[in-house]
Amino acid sequence: MHKYLPHTQNDINEMLEKIQASSIDDLFCSIPEALRLKKDYHVPSQLGDWELTKHMQELANQNKELLIFRGAGSYDHYTPSAVKALVSRQEFLTSYTPYQPEVAQGTLQYIFEYQSMVCELTGMDVSNASMYDGATSTAEAMFMAYAQTKKSDILVSSTMNPKIIDVIKTYARYRNINVILIPSIDGVTDQAFIKENIKDKMGVIVSNPNYFGIIEDYQNLGEIIHQEDALFILNQEGQSLALLKTPGELDADIACGDLQALGVPLSFGGAYIGYLATKQKLVRKMPGRICGITTDVDGKRAFVLTLQAREQHIRRAKANSNICSNQSLNALFVTIYLSLVGKNGFKLFASESLNGAHYLYKNLLETKKFEIVYNQPFFKEFVLKASFDVKAFDTYLIDHGILGPLHIGDNNLLFAVTEKRTQEEIDLLVEMVVNFK
Amino acid sequence: MTKLYDTLIFDLSRKDRIGYQYQPKHLKEIHLPAHLLRETSAELPEVSEFDVVRHYTNVSQKNFGVETGFYPLGSCTMKYNPKINDELATLNGFANIHPLQPDSTTQGLLKIYYETQEILSEISGLKAYSLNPFAGAHGELAGLMIIKAYHEKHNDLKRTKIIVPDSAHGTNPASATVCGFEVVEIKSNPDGTVNVEALKEVLSDEIAGLMLTNPNTAGIFEKDISEISKLVHQAGGLLYYDGANLNALLGRAKPGDMGFDITHINLHKTFSTPHGGGGPGSGPVGVCEKLVEFLPNPIVVKKGDAYALDLAKDSIGSLGMFYGNVSVYLRAYVYLRTLGKENLKDIGGLAVLNANYIKDSLKDLYELPIQGHCMHEFVFDGLKDKSTGVKTLDIAKRLLDYGYHAPTIYFPLIFHQSMMIEPTEVESKDTLDAFINIMRVVARESISDPEIVKNAPHSTLVRRLDEVKAVKNPILKYKDIH
Repeated sequence: MHKYLPHTQNDINEMLEKIQASSIDDLFCSIPEALRLKKDYHVPSQLGDWELTKHMQELANQNKELLIFRGAGSYDHYTPSAVKALVSRQEFLTSYTPYQPEVAQGTLQYIFEYQSMVCELTGMDVSNASMYDGATSTAEAMFMAYAQTKKSDILVSSTMNPKIIDVIKTYARYRNINVILIPSIDGVTDQAFIKENIKDKMGVIVSNPNYFGIIEDYQNLGEIIHQEDALFILNQEGQSLALLKTPGELDADIACGDLQALGVPLSFGGAYIGYLATKQKLVRKMPGRICGITTDVDGKRAFVLTLQAREQHIRRAKANSNICSNQSLNALFVTIYLSLVGKNGFKLFASESLNGAHYLYKNLLETKKFEIVYNQPFFKEFVLKASFDVKAFDTYLIDHGILGPLHIGDNNLLFAVTEKRTQEEIDLLVEMVVNFK
Repeated sequence: MTKLYDTLIFDLSRKDRIGYQYQPKHLKEIHLPAHLLRETSAELPEVSEFDVVRHYTNVSQKNFGVETGFYPLGSCTMKYNPKINDELATLNGFANIHPLQPDSTTQGLLKIYYETQEILSEISGLKAYSLNPFAGAHGELAGLMIIKAYHEKHNDLKRTKIIVPDSAHGTNPASATVCGFEVVEIKSNPDGTVNVEALKEVLSDEIAGLMLTNPNTAGIFEKDISEISKLVHQAGGLLYYDGANLNALLGRAKPGDMGFDITHINLHKTFSTPHGGGGPGSGPVGVCEKLVEFLPNPIVVKKGDAYALDLAKDSIGSLGMFYGNVSVYLRAYVYLRTLGKENLKDIGGLAVLNANYIKDSLKDLYELPIQGHCMHEFVFDGLKDKSTGVKTLDIAKRLLDYGYHAPTIYFPLIFHQSMMIEPTEVESKDTLDAFINIMRVVARESISDPEIVKNAPHSTLVRRLDEVKAVKNPILKYKDIH
């Protein structure tokens, strides 16, 4: 007997009798004898609840919780208590995809609210119900451009997070899409290169802020791209959407990126959430789920998955994508987070990240142990070149409970500061730098 | 209260209300150049914390979850999601860890990753796993990329086609297309199994592989699997296992023994992690020995007593920013350790027993297109008595009135009135008996009072929806309403 298996021997006997089988083994007679498993799995034995709790706690203790000044695609932000409490309600947690909308109005409603919020964040017309993460949502945006233009080459900025570029390249390679990297000048995308090379390309993918934390100026980029009927795809990290010119204001065709910064825990990199939003004219090229409003037979307002003719369970080989799930629960994290912080808190927290990052930057430079690498505006991340052994520095910080900046080559360090870092914590990091020999 | 609650979070908004408490740091205010700043604020709701808590509690009440009631959704394996999984997967030492910490500070997580790979390898009979794919469909994509990379490495560039049976999940052909393959669909036998003659006709040196789920989507084991495997391999193709229906085989048979070269496993199905209203899932991809070098990056390896992130030799590349949906496979790991080798072996047997029990208890009233024992799920082709005009959709909706989630309907596509039922091993005989009774009540109502079934549901918060209207006049965000 096991707590997850409710059958008594008596139940089993009665059920076997009903189905006229002499044993459970009998039910497997369609499996050829040679393929039937004759022995137990070679896996660990069962653990009692308390032993398992202890085991997991020990494993958890082997991971060091650190004071985090590292970002590069994953950020240590504040998550209000109400978020976790509400997300863990079983009606949200244990439900399935809302294919029976009459008993899934809860999921459908928050997805609708999520889509509405993503449209507000990005300034775009329409959002889907979320994607796996920011990198795959960007790759899916590339597929949209491929479907729309039927062209095979795409320009991708080399100032994007290299992990996103890797995912784009993986997706592109197997579909015979050619990725051309746009060079950078002083840490930003070389837009002259785009102008010279945009002809016959399906589109351009750039990010803001870029991998180095730099806020790039894309004011004229849309025009350059649209002159050749290519698509402008803008990858933007969640919190920066509070302050920076939106993809909509920049006339981007597709906005994509990760929303982990908006209430989703670090969790060693997953599960996160990718967003994807676009203009009305591209809605039928969009992958994934979309929720819309309709009425029921009594005329009552109701929510339902819509435009499903784009999806794999209807169109099969002709679908826009193979995606069958969304990160629904993480979309709920984001929806509740954005409800709690609201219009003003969203801006406030982004400003506090911005202020904190600049405060650290200024104080680090004053230690005289760093050189400026890029003279560019930045948001919550920035790069400085260290004059010391960065590897030893990293170990030194970890020994003191700090996850310091990421070494991105050439003795350049990528620092991140979120609204969660207090002034004392930032001062502590600076002090550690001063004391580092 | 709940029944009448029809408010969007935006409707609760009042200017300057806040739902957070924040101590300002009073650092120097930084002003970015104006041309870089957004011109208008995002119109997010302005609400208090309690507004938010009451709102989403009410919204949650409009949902049916596994703990609400029986969820017999075929091919979706809606099991109980144990509480201990959630508790232990969200310990601070897991939740507060940055993905770019040095390996020396994440040994516990890497060890879990590694052990989960090992357990999945043993259960499926394959050599190695990667937990990177974010969902079942993502695992399919990874598997297909591996097929492509393998043939490319052998300079076998003619292999541009993937065979998919017409009974397959829609993700199979869609994944093959996304991966740049041409899909060759073959007709199934009447019971959804592969028609070996049809297979022989399409096998050639242009075939890269065959995708199969076993048991198939009609709940039938491919008894010819060894021959199918031989034929595909002789033709130079690889055999892909769609792990959506793995639950039936737990403790009973291994896909690797059947000749499958690649598989994905839906952890949220077989290994009991929450479906979360549609995600996040997790779809680890496993391979036989000759394909290990192609696994997606990064991989987790053991060097002496330490675990490390590494790169595979001929990897297909990266499939996501970091290492997959960690919070999901942590739950699967807890589940696997809770059951252990003593109990894992019972799952397939009891899941199959439950499915056969429902099937045999209802086959006098519902059309059973495939006779004999089924595996973990089975398909009815609507009511036996077709004279009433009551369709599968109507029965599904009527079940909602009685507090049951509907089965999967109109899939697989090989039957016109498909109704696919999968009870899983966690449901007791009492629950099954109660469900059987209601299925009988609905069948009787379809004769005595067909209108009540055709117009169902009656007691849900909203009744049948106008889906056409939603497509014709798309309202996809709050601002579209007004």
